[in-house]
Amino acid sequence: MTSTSPSPAASGGFRYAVQDAMTLAGRNLRHTTRQPELLVFSTVQPVLFVLLFRYVFGGSINTAATGVNYVNYLMAGIFVQTTAFASTSTGVGLAEDLSKGIVDRFRSMPISRSAVLAGRTLGDLVRMVGIVLIMAVVGIAVGLRPHSLVGFVGAVALTALFGFSFSWISAWIGLSVKDVETANVAGFVWLFPLTFASSAFVPLASLPGWLQAFAKATPVTPTCDAVRVMLTGHGSLGRPLTISLLWMLVILVVCSVLSVRKYRQVT
Amino acid sequence: MSFSLPEGTVLGLLGPNGAGKTTAVRVLATLLRPDSGTATVLGLDVVRQAEQVRRVIGLAGQYAAVDEKLTGRENLRLVGRLYHLPTAEISSRADALLERFELSDAADRVVKTYSGGMRRRLDLAASLVNRPKVLFLDEPTTGLDPRSRLSLWEVIEDLVRDGTTLLLTTQYLEEADRLADRIAVVDGGTVIAEGTSDELKDKVGGSVLIARPSSPASLEALCEVFGRLRSGEVKRLPSGEVSVPATGIALVAKAARALTTAGVEVSELGLRRPTLDDVFLTLTGHLAEATEPAAPTKKGRR
Repeated sequence: MTSTSPSPAASGGFRYAVQDAMTLAGRNLRHTTRQPELLVFSTVQPVLFVLLFRYVFGGSINTAATGVNYVNYLMAGIFVQTTAFASTSTGVGLAEDLSKGIVDRFRSMPISRSAVLAGRTLGDLVRMVGIVLIMAVVGIAVGLRPHSLVGFVGAVALTALFGFSFSWISAWIGLSVKDVETANVAGFVWLFPLTFASSAFVPLASLPGWLQAFAKATPVTPTCDAVRVMLTGHGSLGRPLTISLLWMLVILVVCSVLSVRKYRQVT
Repeated sequence: MSFSLPEGTVLGLLGPNGAGKTTAVRVLATLLRPDSGTATVLGLDVVRQAEQVRRVIGLAGQYAAVDEKLTGRENLRLVGRLYHLPTAEISSRADALLERFELSDAADRVVKTYSGGMRRRLDLAASLVNRPKVLFLDEPTTGLDPRSRLSLWEVIEDLVRDGTTLLLTTQYLEEADRLADRIAVVDGGTVIAEGTSDELKDKVGGSVLIARPSSPASLEALCEVFGRLRSGEVKRLPSGEVSVPATGIALVAKAARALTTAGVEVSELGLRRPTLDDVFLTLTGHLAEATEPAAPTKKGRR
């Protein structure tokens, strides 16, 4: 019997695959430091949203029923939306690599296919943790008061995991469209309605019934709810956290399989 | 397409754009699965043993596959880490390659600021990090200015002296002539001739007498004079020259006398060994620069 597809084991085992992914994640992060404007752009917009919702719209949004004031309500939504938007850079980065030929070099080397994708998403994960921490500082400046350190760490971790799972959706989109500009637009447009039609910025009860139904059926609402409970200490964590984690698991499994398959096809 | 390349030698795949050269290299470098046929590198099947193949090959090409946002040094270190070289070796190997390719001064600059020639040299350096036994160079000098091309040729000649097995694709006859031990002429996805540069030239025939009319108006008269030499078929070359098979130096004197008598002015007259241009023209009926669609099927042995 002959093996038809090279397994990671053939190139030195799982340890090497992880090591390669880390090496490539390092490359990705170095790009970020070379393009500080990218980091600025991915934080300016959410900072504006914080200010906009905190001071312009916030006064007319009633969160009394949830037991927390608006700024504490808002920041969970900001965290989740910010990482969702930041995840788009995964697909853009991959499309860029594909267009530049560097992927050909990687593919002519004995490194596992998934390491190239994992390196990209892991690097983006680190970047997203950084962005969430910046947003936390901004939030604290405008009145966010995390309930406990453990809760805060949990909130950041869950948000980052959410962003990581969305990175794999973005990876699949980027590999499917292959063009940098298209990846940028295609990765972004659907996130707008998805993140706004949720409990991110307003309590679900204020939405019309049909929109509530939609909002409840997306991964955004349970994730926002779980992050909010961890940040504020109000409400029960179990149900939204479970649903959120299940969503992420499904997204990760489905999109990583789709992405790796797509990667093999296009390259 | 079928060709083979003995270890330690240089094979030049010569052909126009779209002849299938790049496709052949991509198959051998495990980037593309062959639609049909088989290909092996050092006895390893490029499909079933792709992983092992990747460990012994290096690839550099017309689209310099380097990371623009990293520095030259970082690029080479990244490649070294991905080949799992020992940490100490990664730095020394990167430094040595930067030195060898005259990139030491630019080592810590971001590649985006490099010239085309520098990028190609870095790309070539990156393909050598793991000391490959077989190196694929896909049109390494396409699009480079003559000076960068010359300096890249010198580097490649060094590699060849070190005994690297090299498969080179090119659309430049001069490049194949200078760098390759053997040349496979590729057109329309098949190898239409293979041999050393001399063997290929012999295929076209022996030396020819060449003359260039001093003005296009005297072309007809020139052909007529050459025809009267009764030395063989008179050919009008795309370069504007006229040729006729020549057996010896005596024909040059005879032609000179005949031209003077007929009053035909020429700017050049002399014997010439056939060039690869002549080879290409004879074999394909068109010049190397012409383009044809790629044929997808591929068969190659190392």
